[in-house]
Amino acid sequence: MKARLDGATLGYGTTPVLRGVNLTLQAGERVVLLGPSGAGKSTLLAAIHAQLVAGGERVALVPQDHGLVPQLSVRRNTYMGRLDDHGALTNLGRLVHLPQALRADIDAVLAPLGLLDSASRPVEALSGGQRQRTALARALYRGGAVIVADEPVSAVDAMQAREIMAMIAARFETAMIALHDVDLARSFATRIVGLQGGRIRFDAPAAEIAQDRIDRLYG
Amino acid sequence: MAERLSPGFVTALFLGVALILLPFADLSVAGHDPWPLLGRMLAGFARPDFGAVETLAHSLALTVAFAVAGVALGAAAGFVMAPFYDRRAIRAFCIALRSVHEIFWALLLIQAIGIGAPAGVLALALPYAGIFAKIFAEQIEEADPRPRNALPPRTDAVSRFLYACLPLIRAPMTAYTLYRLECGMRASAVIGFIGLPTLGFQLDSFFRKGDYGAASAILICYILLIASIRLWMRPRLAPFWIVAAFALLATVKAPPMGDGALWRFLSEDIVPAPLRNGEGLAGLLDWLRALTMAEILPGLWNTLIATQIALVLTGAVAFLSFGLTVPAVTGRIGRLTGHLFLVVLRSLPEYMLAYLFLQIFGPSLLPAILALGLHNGAIIGHLVGREADAVAPGLRPDAPRGWVLWGWELVPRLFGSFLALCLYRWEIILRESAVMGILGIATLGFFIDSALSELRVDRAVAILIVIALLSAGIDSISRHLRQRMKLQPVTESDCARITPLAATPVHRET
Repeated sequence: MKARLDGATLGYGTTPVLRGVNLTLQAGERVVLLGPSGAGKSTLLAAIHAQLVAGGERVALVPQDHGLVPQLSVRRNTYMGRLDDHGALTNLGRLVHLPQALRADIDAVLAPLGLLDSASRPVEALSGGQRQRTALARALYRGGAVIVADEPVSAVDAMQAREIMAMIAARFETAMIALHDVDLARSFATRIVGLQGGRIRFDAPAAEIAQDRIDRLYG
Repeated sequence: MAERLSPGFVTALFLGVALILLPFADLSVAGHDPWPLLGRMLAGFARPDFGAVETLAHSLALTVAFAVAGVALGAAAGFVMAPFYDRRAIRAFCIALRSVHEIFWALLLIQAIGIGAPAGVLALALPYAGIFAKIFAEQIEEADPRPRNALPPRTDAVSRFLYACLPLIRAPMTAYTLYRLECGMRASAVIGFIGLPTLGFQLDSFFRKGDYGAASAILICYILLIASIRLWMRPRLAPFWIVAAFALLATVKAPPMGDGALWRFLSEDIVPAPLRNGEGLAGLLDWLRALTMAEILPGLWNTLIATQIALVLTGAVAFLSFGLTVPAVTGRIGRLTGHLFLVVLRSLPEYMLAYLFLQIFGPSLLPAILALGLHNGAIIGHLVGREADAVAPGLRPDAPRGWVLWGWELVPRLFGSFLALCLYRWEIILRESAVMGILGIATLGFFIDSALSELRVDRAVAILIVIALLSAGIDSISRHLRQRMKLQPVTESDCARITPLAATPVHRET
C-alpha cells in the first residue's frame, strides 16, 4: 500500500474542505478523481502527495498551477524535476551551463511532448498548453514509481491528451490524477473516485461505475 | 478600529506645527548683502567653463567609481544576508548599519582607517548592505511560492533558492540596485565635501577660488551623468564597471595611517571617556548629562525645527510641481521644462544644494531648509507626476485641461499618494537635516563633526545613537499616521519602480 486516509478531515488552514475521507492507494493502481470544481480534488491530492513524500516515496508532481519558473527555459524547468538528485554546487553549475549529455536526456523527454522546438525558450514566452506540457515534462523527467497530477491535460487538445495519458500510464507504476474529461478518465483509470460537496460519493473500479453516478456528481 | 483620520486634518496639523516653529528658526541671512555674490555666481553659472577638462573628468570618474564600488559591495553583502534576514541578530545588525547616514559613516571611517578609497567605499557599502538585505529579503518573501512548492521535496536550500526564487526576483532586484546606484552617485559626490577625492571636493575648491564657471561645468556634467544612468549602466556592463571602478580606486593615494589605528579606534576611542578613565557609572551619567545639555538638546531642537519646516516646504514644492510633467496640464514644452526643473533638483543631493545656498545666505537653518524642501519636493513631485501621467489618459474625453485639470481631476485623485510619499520622506528629511550640521549649521551633525575633529569619537557615537532613535520614532509616527488615514502603503522599492505606484485613484471620500 502506498497511502491511506482513515476518516480524515482535510482543508486549508482551519476551514475543512473534505470531511470523513477514507481512501487508499495501492501499488499498481491508477486512480482518477472526478468531480466539479471546488469538490476538493486538489486538497485530496495534496494530502496524498504529502503522505507519499513522508513515506520516502519518489513522487512526480504536476500541480494545477504548474509551479514553473517563468524566467527559466523549458529545458531548465524540466531539469528542476531532478534537483534533489544533485548537490547545490552541481545545480549552480547547471544553472549556468547544462552539459550536452544532460540536454540529450532532457530533449528525449521533450520530443514526444512536442516541446523540442521551444526547449531553449523561457517559459513566460509559451502558450498555456505548452506550459502545461513543460510541467508534465518535469514530472516525466523526474520519474519514480508514483505520479500525482492535478488536471495535467486540461490545456491540451483531446488527441494529445490521450497520448500524454498513455505516456503516464507507461512510465509510472502508480498514479493518482484529477481529471475533468470523463471518457479520458474511464480509459486511463483502474479506479475512479467521485467527489462532491466535500465528500467522497463513490470509490470503485472504473469498469463498475455506471454513467449516471458520474453525471450526478456534476448535476 | 479607530476612525479614519482625514488627510486634510493631518495636512493642517503639519502646517500648524511648522508655523509655530517658524519664529524659533534661525533664518537670518549672514551680515553681508548676498545679492552681488549671487549675481556673480549666476553669471558664472550661465557661462560654464569646461577648460579644466582633466580635473573635471578625474573627479567625475572617481565619483562614479566610489558609487559603483560601494553599491556593488553593499549589494553583494546584502544579497548574502537577505536569506537570513528573519534571524533577529542579522536584522538588528542591518538596522544598525543603515541607521547611520553615509556621510557619518565616512567621518567615522576616516577616523578609523584613514582618508583613502577604502573609507569612501565602505561609507557607502555599509549602510547600503543593511538596506539591500532588507529589500532583497522582502523581494524573496514576495516571490511567487508556487515554483518552490512544485520542487522535489528533498531539494537542498541553495538549489531551491537558485532555481525557484532567484530567477523570479532578478528583475526587481536589478531595478532596485539601479535605483540605489543613483542614490550612491549622490552620496559619492557628497563625501567629497569631507575630503574624499570626489565631485564635492572639486566643487568646494572651485567655490573657494570663486571659479563659478568651472563649478557650473562640473555640475552640468554630473547632472547629465545621473540623468543618463540607465543608458550607461546596463546589467550586462556591470562587471566591466565594477572592475574599472576598483581599478581606478586602487590608484587613489592615501596618507599612511599609524599602526593599530583601527584597533585603538574600536577598543578605546569609542568607549565613553568616563568608562575609559574608570569613573564608573556615576561618571558616565554626569558625562551623558553634560553632553545632553550642551550638545544633544540644542542640536535636536534645531534638527527638528529644520525638519518640520522643510517637510512643509517639501510638500508645497511637490504639490505645485507634480502637474508640471503632465502634458495635459502644461503642454509639450511646459512638460519638458518641468522635467528639466525636477531632474536638476532631484540629481543634486540635499547636502550639495545646502552647500550652494550656504555660499549665498551664510550659515543658518535657511540653506538647510531650502535645500531639503527643493530636493525632496522634486523627488515627490516626480513620483506623483508619474502617477498623474498614468491617470490622465483614463479621464473622460471632455475633461478640462491645464491647471483646471490639475486642480479638479488630478489633485483630488492623487492627494492620498502625495501625502503618503511626504510622510514617507519625513524620516529621510530628518536624517538629512541632521547631516547638514557638518556644513556648520547648528543641527546634530555639527556636534558629531566637531566631536570627531576633537577626536572625541565616544561623543559622536552617542549623538549618532540619538539620531537613530529619533528617526526610528519619526518612522513609526509616520507609519501610524499613514495607517490611520488608510493611505496606500509606500515602501522603499516603490521609489525604484519605473511604473507608477497605482494607476487607479487612491483617494476616496468617505
